[in-house]
Amino acid sequence: MDSVVHSSLPLWACLASLLAAPAIVLFRRELFLREATTFVAAFVKFALVLAMLPIVTGGKVIEFTLIEGFGGIVAPIMFRVDGLGMLFALVASSLWIVTSLYAIGYMRGLHEHSQTRFFAFFAISLSATLGVAFAGNLLTLYLFYEMLSLATWPLVTHHQDKEARTGGRTYLAYLLGTSIGFALPALIFTWIKSGGDLSFAGDAILASTDLGPAQGLILLLAFCFGFSKAGMMPFHSWLPGAMVAPTPVSALLHAVAVVKVGVFCVIRVFTAVFGVDLLAKLGVATVISWIAAFTVIVSSLIAMSQDNLKRRLAFSTIGQLSYIVLGVSLLSAHAVQGSMMHIAMHAFGKITLFFCAGAIFVATGKKYVSQLSGLGKTMPITMGAFAIGAMSVTGVPPTGGLLSKFYMVWGAADAQQFALLAVYLVSSILNGVYFFPVVYRAFFKPAPAGEAPATGGLKEAPVACVLPLSITAVASLLLFFFPGLLLELTKLMTGGQ
Amino acid sequence: MPDQLPAILLLAPLFGALITGLVGNGDHRRCFPILIASLTISFACAVGLLGQVIENGTVDYFMGGWGTDRAPLGVGIQLRVDALNALLLLVITTVALLVAVFSLRRAGEENTEKTPQFYMLFQMLCVGLLGITVTADAFNLFVLVEVSSLTSYALVAMGSKPRGTVAAFNYLIMGTIGASLYLLGVGYLYMKTGTLNMVGIHEILLDPEVGQSSSIFVAFILILVGVWIKMAFFPLYGWLPNAYSYCPSTSSCLLAPLMTKVSVYVMIRVMLSVFGAEWVFQSLGWSHTVVWLAVIAILAGSLLALAQVELKKMLCYLIVAEVGYMVGGAWLANHWGMVGSLYHILADAFMTLCLFIAASIFIKRRQADRIDQLEGLFKKMPLTTAGFVVGALAMIGVPPTAGFFSKWYLLRGGIEAGQWGYVVALLVSSLVNAVLFFRIIEIAYFGKNPVESHGHGHDDDHGHEDETQQGQVGGSTLLSGEGRPATLIPLLISAAIVILLGVFNGPIVEIIQQALDGLPVIGTATR
Repeated sequence: MDSVVHSSLPLWACLASLLAAPAIVLFRRELFLREATTFVAAFVKFALVLAMLPIVTGGKVIEFTLIEGFGGIVAPIMFRVDGLGMLFALVASSLWIVTSLYAIGYMRGLHEHSQTRFFAFFAISLSATLGVAFAGNLLTLYLFYEMLSLATWPLVTHHQDKEARTGGRTYLAYLLGTSIGFALPALIFTWIKSGGDLSFAGDAILASTDLGPAQGLILLLAFCFGFSKAGMMPFHSWLPGAMVAPTPVSALLHAVAVVKVGVFCVIRVFTAVFGVDLLAKLGVATVISWIAAFTVIVSSLIAMSQDNLKRRLAFSTIGQLSYIVLGVSLLSAHAVQGSMMHIAMHAFGKITLFFCAGAIFVATGKKYVSQLSGLGKTMPITMGAFAIGAMSVTGVPPTGGLLSKFYMVWGAADAQQFALLAVYLVSSILNGVYFFPVVYRAFFKPAPAGEAPATGGLKEAPVACVLPLSITAVASLLLFFFPGLLLELTKLMTGGQ
Repeated sequence: MPDQLPAILLLAPLFGALITGLVGNGDHRRCFPILIASLTISFACAVGLLGQVIENGTVDYFMGGWGTDRAPLGVGIQLRVDALNALLLLVITTVALLVAVFSLRRAGEENTEKTPQFYMLFQMLCVGLLGITVTADAFNLFVLVEVSSLTSYALVAMGSKPRGTVAAFNYLIMGTIGASLYLLGVGYLYMKTGTLNMVGIHEILLDPEVGQSSSIFVAFILILVGVWIKMAFFPLYGWLPNAYSYCPSTSSCLLAPLMTKVSVYVMIRVMLSVFGAEWVFQSLGWSHTVVWLAVIAILAGSLLALAQVELKKMLCYLIVAEVGYMVGGAWLANHWGMVGSLYHILADAFMTLCLFIAASIFIKRRQADRIDQLEGLFKKMPLTTAGFVVGALAMIGVPPTAGFFSKWYLLRGGIEAGQWGYVVALLVSSLVNAVLFFRIIEIAYFGKNPVESHGHGHDDDHGHEDETQQGQVGGSTLLSGEGRPATLIPLLISAAIVILLGVFNGPIVEIIQQALDGLPVIGTATR
């Protein structure tokens, strides 16, 4: 099949931010050096990922074994970079740079406490994210998955107040509970069933086993609910709970890194653990399709009723994640390709929206949709970016979100699943329904009378906040015009059509 | 010299104890080096023995040459080191060394006037535990169990807390009953087989006429129940929580990781070497029953731990649950269950050590033993808390700690044996552990923070006796709130071992498998 390059690059890309964490703690009194460390690490990480890009687009995979498997007693800890991992790593590492800038502006703008701890754990979380992206087998994947749950907990509970405590408890209860309760036994069952093979290389792990439909269904459900970072109902409540975190965390981790790790794992389960062929034979993926479809519709409906902007975005994320799960569960090449692309498209769109929510909070202290009237006049850049982000997530041209949705709908048509195709279309309308009132209110409703009228002046958030959200908004537009790289990477995974 | 390692292993702490008694006389500075020296020699022997076993297989040693050609097998004192116990020897000596370092200042503070006695008992306990592990003689095993038990009763009773004395008495009664049952069982065995040598007994039991006699069944059950009392297998755990939580911290750090684990080893040794897997799993056929008992032990231990308000008590009930893991794994009657059980003996020893040392440091620094009095620890003692967190993550079973991989193998065994109750119990206990430890981590992480008060509503009704201590937060250096290096270093080393044991579980499991090649569990297994 594809040829293998052995290189330690994935390890270093993964370690770049982990090694930065002690340095960040070391420079806790030298604020400039501390922030510089974050940036250097972010750029080094991105550069290392980029260095691997030509190899991957050249149709090869990069492998690196960190710890040997000792004669098959246990699966090795190993990295394996393929198209999907590359795509996810590119998204996560490039957005970390932008988020770092944003986080500095946000945290300083609000005079947050314990910023050192914040940046240190942020760096560790990014290492775990890339670890998942580059994981070469299920054991490695699980290792970094758990590491990410734990490393993000101090970020979620950053405010250390009662609300943070509750949010943090929900967060861990759901993420650790499902991963230990469902994913771990599923993992071990796979290990037994496959005779010790957990590797993503070559054929799917379970492809040549005598898995029956009943076993297959239970196993698939255990995996999909076990990786509850994907936010499928009924294991979704941790995500709105996690919104108590500072906005940079919500932006990068709970719109990109953590949640995308969830869907990434689900995609791996579909493509590398079961394999599309086996699932088609067993006919159990439809169950997941319908659970995901249910999540898409219900979460969109809930999002409409949320007045807290970040919570509205969170429910929107839950829906969008299930888009991806739905796409991959359709088992058709185009839908799978669309799902993978949606990881990137949604990432850029949703991070823009979160950046905007944070910028509004920094500039005005407002958290609720109902407070945003007239904000388009004082914060035109922010609200403009918000509009672009909303368009991308909804799937309106000319934004990247359209393309991935297009592929998923195409895939649904390929799979002859017209009911599910309708789910895509209806939910896109629902997306519009919960986003555009926000934009409309900001630009076309007058500011409430009680508030001091903006005396012609702009009142944007600090540059460190506004610049990142502009960058990601522009990126969302550019992805529509230049989707070539994404298409190429996803084609590598679906057999290249 | 290399031939004599099994003897030196035992003699070093034995003579260490005697020398401590002779020259130590009230002077802590003389006792401590002797302790370290004797344990280091033992440790070196354990390392050497492990090397020999890996290279050449089982090492047989006949004390004073008895049993080789001068007397028939079974008369002499035979020591036998195979892959099964070589690892455990290393664990015992490592844990003992780490606790020895930990005791540098603690022992003197906690056992004022009795420091030399403490160090003598410490070394005698090591003799007992190492002896139990290496002996190849069923009766000698009883003697050595008594050596370790008697010293541990004294170690528990040493502290200044009056409840410790009561707990020690309780422990003494229970422990003696356990040892008596064991001895009774060995008596039956001797009656039927005429030998006390483990291998000898096993060979005779292969004869169905002897092996299937009811005396042998009675013997096995007596031995099993005796050992279960010693390892605090539910519902025979009553002595453990008080004994380990009201004793001096040095004693608890030494006893908690080792005593129960060595007893589990004895059970497995008796099962595999003396009676043989075929007899245990097929003739007796109790596999299902014991696994269900283990399920109850795991669930009960976890739930009782959940109900505790004192940190050490909570850890003690967790030991009860962990014993359930190991007993259940061993009785799954398949290869991976046994591998998991043996691996968990090693893993759990260091996890427990890590948690007990950390808990001891917390309790000492805070002068408080309740969980809700541990607020703000992360800020004040980052390294100690980090060590605690590593132990906690291992208990929960987060990769790549050792606790994860023991669950990994145990779960595999459980699934393969079709013992779904056991599988569910393991998972539930992981989740309960997550609740338990994150409750503590949360308190340690949130806590009252005078520098950056957010005025949150943590309004528990606990006393504020440590308020003055809390007020001094914000020290200029990161480590100002930490414990002494002598307590911190063993903690960090044990935390590192917990992680390394997990990361490099491959070679360890390879050694365990080597042991099980000689004492097969599979092939004779029944469902």
